[in-house]
Amino acid sequence: MATFKLNVNNKTHTVDVDPDTPLLWVLRDTLGLTGTKYGCGIAQCGACTVHLNGNAIRSCSLPVSAATSGKITTIEGLSENGTHPVQLAWDEEDVPQCGYCQAGQIMTAAAFLSRKPNPTDAEIETAMASHICRCGTYTRIKKAIRLAAEKGGKK
Amino acid sequence: MKTKAITLSRRSFLKVSSLAGGGIVLGFSTVKAASSILDDAELFEPNGFIKITPDGIITIMAPNPELGQGVKTSLPMIVAEELDVDWSKIVIEQAPLNTEKFERQVAGGSGSVRSSWDSFRKAGATARKMLIEAAAKKWNVNTAECTTDKGFVVHKGSNKKGSYGEFASLASTMEIPKEVKLKDPSEYTIIGTRQRNVENKSIITGKAKYGFDTRREGMLFAMIARPSFGKKLKLFDDTATRAVTGVKNVVQHENSVAVLATSTWAAKKGRDALKLVWEDDGPLESTPDYMEALNKLIQQKSDAPKRNDGDVDQAFAGAAKILETTFEAPFLPHAPMEPMNFFADVREDKADLYGPTQTPARTRTDAAKALGLPESKITVGMSRQGGGFGRRLQSDYSVEAAMISKLAKSPVLVVWTREDDMQGGIYRPAGMYNYRAAINANKELIGWHLRAAAVNSGNASRENSFPAGAVSNFRVDSHNHISKITVGAWRAPNHNFIAFTEESFIDEIAHELGKDPVAFRLELLDRAKNSPSGSVAYDIEKYRGVVKLAAEMGNWGKQGVNGIYKGFGAHFSFGTYVAQVADVSIVDNKVKVHKVYCAVDCGRVINPLGAEQQIEGGIIDGLGHALYGELTLTKGVADQKNFNSYKLIRIPDAPDIEVKFVNSDAHPQGLGEPGLPPTGAAVANAIFAATGKRLKKQPFDLRIEPGS
Ligand code: FES
Ligand code: FES
Repeated sequence: MATFKLNVNNKTHTVDVDPDTPLLWVLRDTLGLTGTKYGCGIAQCGACTVHLNGNAIRSCSLPVSAATSGKITTIEGLSENGTHPVQLAWDEEDVPQCGYCQAGQIMTAAAFLSRKPNPTDAEIETAMASHICRCGTYTRIKKAIRLAAEKGGKK
Repeated sequence: MKTKAITLSRRSFLKVSSLAGGGIVLGFSTVKAASSILDDAELFEPNGFIKITPDGIITIMAPNPELGQGVKTSLPMIVAEELDVDWSKIVIEQAPLNTEKFERQVAGGSGSVRSSWDSFRKAGATARKMLIEAAAKKWNVNTAECTTDKGFVVHKGSNKKGSYGEFASLASTMEIPKEVKLKDPSEYTIIGTRQRNVENKSIITGKAKYGFDTRREGMLFAMIARPSFGKKLKLFDDTATRAVTGVKNVVQHENSVAVLATSTWAAKKGRDALKLVWEDDGPLESTPDYMEALNKLIQQKSDAPKRNDGDVDQAFAGAAKILETTFEAPFLPHAPMEPMNFFADVREDKADLYGPTQTPARTRTDAAKALGLPESKITVGMSRQGGGFGRRLQSDYSVEAAMISKLAKSPVLVVWTREDDMQGGIYRPAGMYNYRAAINANKELIGWHLRAAAVNSGNASRENSFPAGAVSNFRVDSHNHISKITVGAWRAPNHNFIAFTEESFIDEIAHELGKDPVAFRLELLDRAKNSPSGSVAYDIEKYRGVVKLAAEMGNWGKQGVNGIYKGFGAHFSFGTYVAQVADVSIVDNKVKVHKVYCAVDCGRVINPLGAEQQIEGGIIDGLGHALYGELTLTKGVADQKNFNSYKLIRIPDAPDIEVKFVNSDAHPQGLGEPGLPPTGAAVANAIFAATGKRLKKQPFDLRIEPGS
């Protein structure tokens, strides 16, 4: 065990965990931030996506020891009240079915739009291809990203 | 107000009880829905629940498990309509398992709405009537002069108006009316409107709690090492496991070993550190073994055909031409996005179970048996669920969690890794389907013979599917191959593959006869209507309606316009008629599915926004598994372990989708499953149109010869 200082959603936390613990489990089990989901554990599905310094990363595959140097944002910290343009677009297009994959999808979409405020459809597909939605909400995800872009997805 | 009187049947009963602090709780429970609408294995019974407090908070309980099918939105919409409340102001809560208040709480068979339609409306209308009666009594006016307006009772003569909350306490003392009047559909203001999922907000902010997110006082996380098919535990050594920081306990349960720890990661590390020795316990089967067995079975007729109209032997003996095709279906894992998990807190005399389940009542019954406790001592709560697709109809994982809690004497959340989930051994049965069609000298289809076989699947066929009834000599034989492998219902059981086989074969026959595939289907429907053979288990007009509508939506007719080729597929399941046209093209020798047009007749649509979503999801699911889904076994071990080797459809493969519902006042039907079955065939038939290649196996072999 070792102690690590993590900056999560603009708060500093000190955690005492095994250095090889993936960030995902520190967020979920140590800090109680269960909005970030486990889907595969091997960087295949995107359910565990969070931002590290504004980049979308797979928290299931990043050991906590490698996450101490930056700002981590989880779905709980993406916006104050679910008001990020991507979140609003997700509601407006009524994207979620079971909803389990959606926190990860939203985190990737938000990071993507902040880099590419006016993406083409092909760019949207490439950016989101690392995610799996078992319920098949893909057509609505595309629509929601287009909508968020129109309304200024860069925030 | 136009109204329709509905008498509550004697076997329906309502219960009114007072809430502590005043208010009314109206629960209701009715007998099983008419069996005529239940065409599949799962049972569904209506139930519902309303709570109104004196301060005017109106809560509608959603009794059915929610796993993405939208019933937490659509079922309360039905109650709210008849209760006459402001949809934006009500609170919706998930009800736990309660067999006294609710007859049965199941997510399966696309049955929640279709079996709850009448009883949910009655519950809303009953509560509304009682509130009116309470108001009339309080105001000392005639009930007939009172009406309601979005959560208020109004007295026309005096302009008196009071919120439901004001009358809640009094209403709870009133007698339950024997007869209630239901709204005329023309008065609907909620049913039929586009409503977003009531949980969107909690989902998009990460607040929605799934089973995996359960956290309770003193709880440990557990991971379990389980045997593969044909193996049992010989011995294990947990020395290294117990040395892992955070590991608190190791317990053996039958042939499995559970590691309990203070975090998921510690439980996983502890489990990985177990030294396990397995030994053989029966045959170690592999996929080729199953296929060989199935292949033998489909050569045979059975002693008791599932359907046998006319005389197929004679038809084939006299045929001018016989077409024959065999289709193969692989095993499929359900792979819901949220892997299996369950929370259990088992004490000497009681147990508290909580988590994702499609069948909480079965969970309780099976846990009671395993734990040796009476059912009355077991509570089962339902979390939101990250998909199910049939996997959570089983109780293996919840009962196992209960047993681990009992053995370890600790509250425990058993979590499965993706690998555990995929290898966890409950699959869509593998199957094989041999079709033969007899064609006479006049180029007419005169015989149809299906020999179906699947692994541990009671009936591998759906013998009354179209074109049954339209072919004079029609026979279906179904065989079951018994094996150690455990299988279970998988979204649209049987339909999910049989529709692909039937609709591909119809396409093949149409081409053989030189007929347009849509025109050929319509001709068969005419035959089923004008000279039916045997019984016809589908509504011919509804079937025809969706076939025509989909053809129109998808500009059916010419092939190859702008490089786009079209394929058609239709199927009737769970009370709902669905027809689809798929547009594909071949780009750089690769198949691209551009768009799927889909016509649906599911009776009245409660929530068009949610209904479209279910159909879209079904189409993507049908396409994705047709393109990629395959689980194979080698000596009892699944070869696919995670999403790197088991491929699921991703966004670049997702086509545009256009859905239209036939305008209908008929009883609402299922939506969670019926969108899936036609898609594989529509796409395969389009690929045939584009390439001349017939796809007979899923996943599709899409290798295209350059220049073809
Ligand atoms: S859980 Fe991290 S990518 Fe799937
Ligand atoms: S909404 Fe269920 S997995 Fe995406």
